[in-house]
Amino acid sequence: MPTVSLTVNGKKVSAEVEARTLLVHLLRERLGLTGTHVGCDTSQCGACVVHVDGKSVKSCTLLAVQAEGAKVTTIEGLANGELHPMQAAFREHHGLQCGFCTPGMVMSAVDLVRHNADPNEHDVREWLEGNICRCTGYHNIVKAVQAGAKAMRR
Amino acid sequence: MAEQGIGAAVRRTEDYRFLTGRGHYTDDINRPNQTHAYFLRSPHAHAKIRKIDTKAAKQAPGVVAVYTGADTAADKVGGLICGWTVKDKQGNPHKAPAHPVLALDTVRYVGDHVAVVIADSLAAAKDAAEKIQVDYDVLPAIVDTAKAIDPKSPQVHADAPGNLCYDWGLGDKAAVDAAFAKAHRVTRLDLINNRLIPNAIEPRAAIGEYDPGTGGYTCYSTSQNPHVLRLIMCAFILGVPEHKMRVVAPDVGGGFGSKIFCYAEEVVCVWAAKKIGRPVKWTAERSESFLSDAHGRDHVTHAELALDKDGKFLALRVATIANMGAYLSTFSTSISSYLYGTLLAGQYTTPAIYVEVKAVFTNTAPVDAYRGAGRPEASYVIERIVECAAREMKLDPVEIRRRNFVGPDQFPYQTPVALVYDSGNYAKTLDAALKLADHAGFPARKADSARRGKLRGLGISAYIEACGIAPSAVAGALGAGVGLWESGLIRFNPTGSVSVYTGSHSHGQSHETTFAQVVSDVLGVPLENVEVVHGDTARVPFGMGTYGSRSIAVGGSALMKAADKIIAKGKKIAAHLLEASMDDLEYAKGVFRVAGTDRTKTMAEVAFAAYVPHNYPPGLEPGLEETGFYDPVNFTFPAGVHIAEVEIDPDTGVVKIVNWSAVDDFGNVINPMVVEGQVHGGIAQGVGQALLEGCVYDKETGQLVTGSYMDYCMPRADDLPSFKVGMTHTPCPHNPLGVKGCGEAGAIAAPPAVMNAVTDAIGIMHLDMPATPEKVWQAIRRATPARAAE
Repeated sequence: MPTVSLTVNGKKVSAEVEARTLLVHLLRERLGLTGTHVGCDTSQCGACVVHVDGKSVKSCTLLAVQAEGAKVTTIEGLANGELHPMQAAFREHHGLQCGFCTPGMVMSAVDLVRHNADPNEHDVREWLEGNICRCTGYHNIVKAVQAGAKAMRR
Repeated sequence: MAEQGIGAAVRRTEDYRFLTGRGHYTDDINRPNQTHAYFLRSPHAHAKIRKIDTKAAKQAPGVVAVYTGADTAADKVGGLICGWTVKDKQGNPHKAPAHPVLALDTVRYVGDHVAVVIADSLAAAKDAAEKIQVDYDVLPAIVDTAKAIDPKSPQVHADAPGNLCYDWGLGDKAAVDAAFAKAHRVTRLDLINNRLIPNAIEPRAAIGEYDPGTGGYTCYSTSQNPHVLRLIMCAFILGVPEHKMRVVAPDVGGGFGSKIFCYAEEVVCVWAAKKIGRPVKWTAERSESFLSDAHGRDHVTHAELALDKDGKFLALRVATIANMGAYLSTFSTSISSYLYGTLLAGQYTTPAIYVEVKAVFTNTAPVDAYRGAGRPEASYVIERIVECAAREMKLDPVEIRRRNFVGPDQFPYQTPVALVYDSGNYAKTLDAALKLADHAGFPARKADSARRGKLRGLGISAYIEACGIAPSAVAGALGAGVGLWESGLIRFNPTGSVSVYTGSHSHGQSHETTFAQVVSDVLGVPLENVEVVHGDTARVPFGMGTYGSRSIAVGGSALMKAADKIIAKGKKIAAHLLEASMDDLEYAKGVFRVAGTDRTKTMAEVAFAAYVPHNYPPGLEPGLEETGFYDPVNFTFPAGVHIAEVEIDPDTGVVKIVNWSAVDDFGNVINPMVVEGQVHGGIAQGVGQALLEGCVYDKETGQLVTGSYMDYCMPRADDLPSFKVGMTHTPCPHNPLGVKGCGEAGAIAAPPAVMNAVTDAIGIMHLDMPATPEKVWQAIRRATPARAAE
């Protein structure tokens, strides 16, 4: 079995994996990082979004071995103790209900702000096209992302 | 307290763990030495199983066991049950064909359970499943709802002739016929309520575990009602006493009805765990969710509304064919009967209503409650036919509704379809919605759209729902196999913090916050000192779970009952400590006071005394913990008006929702932030039904065509606008909090609002959902000959 070595949330990790193992399964099942969720099997729902070398990536769409040498950040590693401004904005604006899509939403939103520091409502809705939420109707997610972006600009 | 108590927009307690990836959903749980289950599912909609050869699979690497229906039958594992008996027009119970957890000799829908492979890893289980040889004798299939009752159609069950589950009726048929005979006008409408796939973003999952030392089972499950799941598994399927079964429904990632039911997979995991002596874990892939979660809606309806010359409704006649799928899911029979027919009065004084429903079996996944459950189907019938009547009579859609509303002075109002509405103020809510929507400014906006070559339409939906399910005696008389009360336990800890145990289950509804707000407010405990525990039969005394927007109205009321007992006992302790008479004590917000003095004892002091009873009323039990059970005396009746405004591009048929204004009357509100969030989510699901979502089975092969997110169109952020949400507050008169329930409102209100707007924009009477660009484009061309010629 191949070995994959990568940095996850600042820690160097190495694991023997079946070649077919997806990054999300390495994170969830081998590293115990269950904050990254699996909501579909066609790379549509976005519950599994993590950052790979600073970019948002659906971790169900990447083989673990493709992440060799990469720096991966999951929802658990987004902030230390305190909430990241985007996480805090989701709480303040009730941008989550059941919480299942939330890690992917937050990771995706943080990457949006890296591309667009001051997204308008349209920008947010377009960007989040790859993240499905069944609970919120997106209304409060959009508000949260805009507020999170503002907080990140500070 | 005001900023934390009832009515405050408190930020949620549960958010921190969800936002930081520390939630504990079922698939996040792993048990020592666990195995993984993979279900081999039927690729055929209807087939006899001639032979299953599992030999090669059993010998595959990592495989622990392979089981088929022969194994569950040998162990006398019972079938899945339907817990609601509906009696047909002749008084006979509905047809209830056997529903084995693993198919015995016939498969009846694509996705039906054929075998389970249990292995050391999921990959090994899936690999081995490919080695199972099943010899099928493929049979003709029926998936079409309306055609199912055709005698020439393929028969799904030998013991349900004509594919008929029941032929049910409600209302005074003779009175309706008489009213139609003298009507000034009759509006007729044929419509389809499109079949939906619930799609909670967390797929269903289960872990079964058996402890040979105690003989006890544990089942972790993505359930909305763990106690009911335990009851069904123990009493009806596995024959295990309830005290030997713990069901844990930890964090659950959305349900929308689809996680109410007892499914084959969790039963098989629990059963197999004992057989192999190791925990068995199963998590659905999304494709499996599409195939095997209970679907929603799927009605074909003909409706007729009789009116007088002024547009007053004289009578409503409704005939519906409702698809049950291949087998009856847990509450399926009630959804298309009692949760549908009883709502057909809507907000109106229609004096005579008759509804008949033929429930049919087809070779499709089981159909059961999905957000709204029967009530969206009723609301869609009413609000579409009322709109059509207004258009036919050239009456303002606002005016025709206003003329027919139940007036604010008519409550309690007995409808002709069994329900007694307790309270409401429909005209007031309509006025508020019209204002919020700037209804008066619509013609100018429509003209502006027209200048840009766009078609603009406005649609009103005045819905009502029956929530707070349900008065047990009423539900029992209508066929429910269970009581529909709720329980709650409040336990003071010695140092004054409080643990609250509720039988309601939160899977997005925010109970950890809102239930804590109630207890905090009533017992005067800071919110951060209140913990809400739910979802574990070993921790929570009992419960009926969360569905039908019942949690705050029934579960919250149970907590109020418990709180009353806490206060009553606390008063005895406080009186003793204050050396005062009980009669002289006043209680408010956690403080006992000798009336007219500054002599007080706080609830925290009383709690401490209860656990350290050194100076204590003689004969009184120590401890401060009380349980309340609440059985509602009536349903609650949230109602509201949603107004959708759409703009259609006639060149593409794309419908854009440009304004959404909702005013709902949920009675008293515990946390407006949470309530608005529930409304938003419901609207999104309703818009999804109206514009995007539709489950499609191939009519020949019975294959599920819409079996993934690539094929089934879920609402995305860019499909929806921001919503304007307002509220009116007519408190429920018969529960202690005056609350009504808000979880399903949006999903009930939205579909007719959208379709009234779409048909208004195009200038047609009706279009079936979902109003996809292709259908809208075709409709525009049919409606406008000039465009068709383009």
